[in-house]
Amino acid sequence: MTEQSQASKPSVLGRRRFLAGIARAAGGAGAFSLMMGLFARQAQSLPVQVLRPPGAGVEADFLAACVRCGLCVRDCPWPTLSLAGVGDDMPVGTPFFIARKYPCEMCDDVPCVKACPTAALDHNLTNIDDARMGLAVLVDQETCLNFQGLRCDVCYRVCPLIDKAITLKRRHNERTGAHAMFIPTVHSDTCTGCGKCERSCVLDTSAIRVFPRHLAKGRIGEHYRLGWVEKDAKGESLIPGQVDLPDRMPDNVTITPRGPKP
Amino acid sequence: MSAKTVPGQDAIKAKGWLGAHKWLVLRRLSQLSILAVFLAGPLADLWIVKGSLSSSLILGVLPLSDPFLVLQTLAAGHVAAGTALLGAVLVLAVYALVGGRVYCSFVCPVNFITDTARWLAKRLDLPKGWQPARYVRLWVLGSVLVTAFASGTLAWELLNPVTMVHRGLVYGMGYVWTVVLALFLFDLVVSRRGWCGHLCPMGAFYGLVGRLSVLRVSAPKRQDCNNCMDCFAVCPEPHVITPPLRGAETGTGPVILSGDCTNCGRCIDVCSKDVFAFDLRFNNLAPERGAHDDETISSTRHAA
Repeated sequence: MTEQSQASKPSVLGRRRFLAGIARAAGGAGAFSLMMGLFARQAQSLPVQVLRPPGAGVEADFLAACVRCGLCVRDCPWPTLSLAGVGDDMPVGTPFFIARKYPCEMCDDVPCVKACPTAALDHNLTNIDDARMGLAVLVDQETCLNFQGLRCDVCYRVCPLIDKAITLKRRHNERTGAHAMFIPTVHSDTCTGCGKCERSCVLDTSAIRVFPRHLAKGRIGEHYRLGWVEKDAKGESLIPGQVDLPDRMPDNVTITPRGPKP
Repeated sequence: MSAKTVPGQDAIKAKGWLGAHKWLVLRRLSQLSILAVFLAGPLADLWIVKGSLSSSLILGVLPLSDPFLVLQTLAAGHVAAGTALLGAVLVLAVYALVGGRVYCSFVCPVNFITDTARWLAKRLDLPKGWQPARYVRLWVLGSVLVTAFASGTLAWELLNPVTMVHRGLVYGMGYVWTVVLALFLFDLVVSRRGWCGHLCPMGAFYGLVGRLSVLRVSAPKRQDCNNCMDCFAVCPEPHVITPPLRGAETGTGPVILSGDCTNCGRCIDVCSKDVFAFDLRFNNLAPERGAHDDETISSTRHAA
């Protein structure tokens, strides 16, 4: 644009400059938003040993709701909860705990959840036994003392839901041929993920660890049907009128079926 | 213009040191005491306030929440079912009364850092550096909300130096000193008043709140102005002063209506003629014609 027309058409130039300014600002803001969004995607990943307070739910939802105020940390009567600092490998300012350092003590009145002003920690969680902070997994059978046939049992004994969340299952000890092994077995329907088992494992590095549930739990295909479950549910065989032929066995061998006779 | 001399000398002569620093002292006291009550809990086990500026509980009953943060959670798709909505409304109501950016001048801990940087920059006579348009912060504000909506997460909280600094002070500094240093250097050598005056989306948000605020700085005795320019020299948002101070001829009222004004009161301090005073936004009758002239805000912004 020449200087002449600049002088003669100030309004056109003004509008053009105005629109260019808007376009520049919008472009800048768009670029900034994209960068921030991409950074947020990366920064959402959580180290596997990091657990959220009870009631935190799915991580993505939690990060939409938590305002990083630290009120849950303040109302936690134990040194369990702390806020992620600048430079930590998790979203800065969010509350977390590391089970091996300080597990959740599972307070009856769940003060951390009550303290949360945004309900990022779900206020419907009133019974701490319903918390699902993670899921304990006995990850290393090669070092777990009970798997060696010894009677450590510590994880089982410290479990706040002993005989529900962790049970000991007997198994034959192949090494000695004469003894039993007592295998600590976690049950996902009751384990809260408090981390006391991981904290108290006597090994230098814990053989039992609490993982976020989505990492610890398998999921069976929707179409799968376990025959014996369906049979139990229906109370009889799903395919009626089947002829149950006698099992032909070698001489002198009898088998006794465990379940009720059809 | 006496650019090289320290502004406020005339005011000190006229009103004494304390008279010429009244609001500055009160402001620092406010910032320090707010920090003190937040620190009294963790340091002295005196729990007047729990939490942080993001969300807190006062004396175990009164919930307060940062409305900008709660707005981000809403944008991210979470309707706060706890006390945060109530807390945010309470905070909004208070700032709508006393001035939105009172948060910036009387509360925000970052103000210490950026004020120190500006003080040192003036001392060292450093160039102003990069001065993006004031409205850039509004675009940053928009970006923050759009990103929260699009990503479904409080993305800005991963970067926000304001909450990082405050959280660092209350919950332990760790590497927060890097954020403090970055802000300080940015304001010192890259962009004078760059963070608080041009970029910070929290300031932009509270500036929008401040457009409605009842308490405002006014220039009721603008006819006494002797053009010493000291108020412009100390003001963190000098563009807000011009329309009311110089508006007698154009019929603009004496009240500073721009939301950008932080109500810091420094102009009141440094004026030897006592031109400025705190007043209500409604007392904005210009001698020529009565006007709530919000148009002046946008027109000055384009000029600046």
